[in-house]
Amino acid sequence: MSIMSELGIVYALLGAAVAVLFAGAGSAIGVGIAGQAAAGVVTEDPSKFAKVLIIQLLPGTQGLYGLLVGFITLSNIGILGGDIAQIDVKTGLLILAACLPIGIVGLLSGIAQGKTAAASIGIVAKKPDQFGKAMLFPAMVETYAILALLISFLAVSGIKIQ
Amino acid sequence: MKDLEYTYAVARIRALEVSLLTGASIEQLLSCATFEQCLQFLSEKGWGDAGGELDAVSMLKREEEKTWEVIADVAPDMNVFDVFSYPKLYHNLKAAIKEVCTEARNENIFYEDCKIPGSEMLHIVENKEFDRLPGQMAQTAREAYDTLLHTRDGQLCDVIVDRAALDAIYEAGKNAADQIIHQYADATVAISDIKIAVRAQKTGKSAEFMRRALAPCDSISVEQLMKAALSGMDAIRDYLAGTAYAEGALALEESPSAFERWCDNRMIETMKSQKYEAFSVGPLAAYLIARENEIKTVRIILTGKQNDFPEEAIRERIREMYV
Repeated sequence: MSIMSELGIVYALLGAAVAVLFAGAGSAIGVGIAGQAAAGVVTEDPSKFAKVLIIQLLPGTQGLYGLLVGFITLSNIGILGGDIAQIDVKTGLLILAACLPIGIVGLLSGIAQGKTAAASIGIVAKKPDQFGKAMLFPAMVETYAILALLISFLAVSGIKIQ
Repeated sequence: MKDLEYTYAVARIRALEVSLLTGASIEQLLSCATFEQCLQFLSEKGWGDAGGELDAVSMLKREEEKTWEVIADVAPDMNVFDVFSYPKLYHNLKAAIKEVCTEARNENIFYEDCKIPGSEMLHIVENKEFDRLPGQMAQTAREAYDTLLHTRDGQLCDVIVDRAALDAIYEAGKNAADQIIHQYADATVAISDIKIAVRAQKTGKSAEFMRRALAPCDSISVEQLMKAALSGMDAIRDYLAGTAYAEGALALEESPSAFERWCDNRMIETMKSQKYEAFSVGPLAAYLIARENEIKTVRIILTGKQNDFPEEAIRERIREMYV
């Protein structure tokens, strides 16, 4: 078996890794930023714990989207079932490309959503009755992570593997 | 990413801003019939120590301490706040030099909530360990000490130290990475210069005195302000009318206390934009200034109530609140 024929599965696995790694990192940074803000508010007013916790968790979804795409990729290439498919370089690169949207958008939107969530936690700190509106601002960022998830999901599912 | 260091601090400050006094709270305080009722009202708002005696001086002192305790607790880098503590630091230097040179000891003349508290400053000046002082302060201390010792001119000593304080504030503002600190420093120096020029004009001070006392800054030309002060009060107003302090000139026409109030209100106006910042040192700086402003306003009201001043006289000195 030549090195070239082995590279297909490597690219496919790299795609799964990109989806999980970058989207997960985006969520970790985002939840971390929002968590700092949440801790600041709870230090002064522990009664707002539940509200700020919900907002803090919003940037966590990108990591789940990355995990979903990574899981489907691993399932498609047979790594999960133990029956690894023969994947040529072209198909491997196609899978890598399909995983890029959720990887890159997951990273950037996770960070952006974390910042927005931290600012929204400031709203809850001053005006707890405006919790619903405060939730909406970080939720807007979510739209773009969902769009990236959709494309990655459709692309990974649509690639034919022999 | 550096501003993200302030995420925790800003969120905590946002939660604390809820307990700042509003304009309505100040009205309520003003409508209290007696001084004791005012203290009771403030105590219910959480001022002073819980369960402590209702004493105005200790209550206000405790509130100042609480403010700095919060800032020290949340700020990732306290050096950013040096610009706000310089007035207290240089006041301690001035007080220590006078205590040592006059060999007199007075109580409660030092600030304790700054980098070099009173006892340490006194020790430094007594033993002439000026090199322990930060930056240009060592040179200032030496000059002020020698001047007071040789000339016994307390005012000249004050001018040397006050000018050095203004220079230090301006320098710290210029070197600050945050625009809001720069604005604060520049406005502080400019307003101090205007106050010095007005007082110098009223007491007929010379150009040499003013040149020594006025500190350069971006928004005011010291030379032009000095020339205006030498010409008269109208010239100061005319000069200010062409600067960012034009409204201050109108307040100056009204009364000195109206001008003081305008200065504080302007600073609060400048800081109000920080209510919408989430990731910089600005909200911390604004909180610090807002707290100082409300403590000053409460002090004015309490003093007025204690001395049975008419409500109008107190009201004209009341500052705008941050929230």
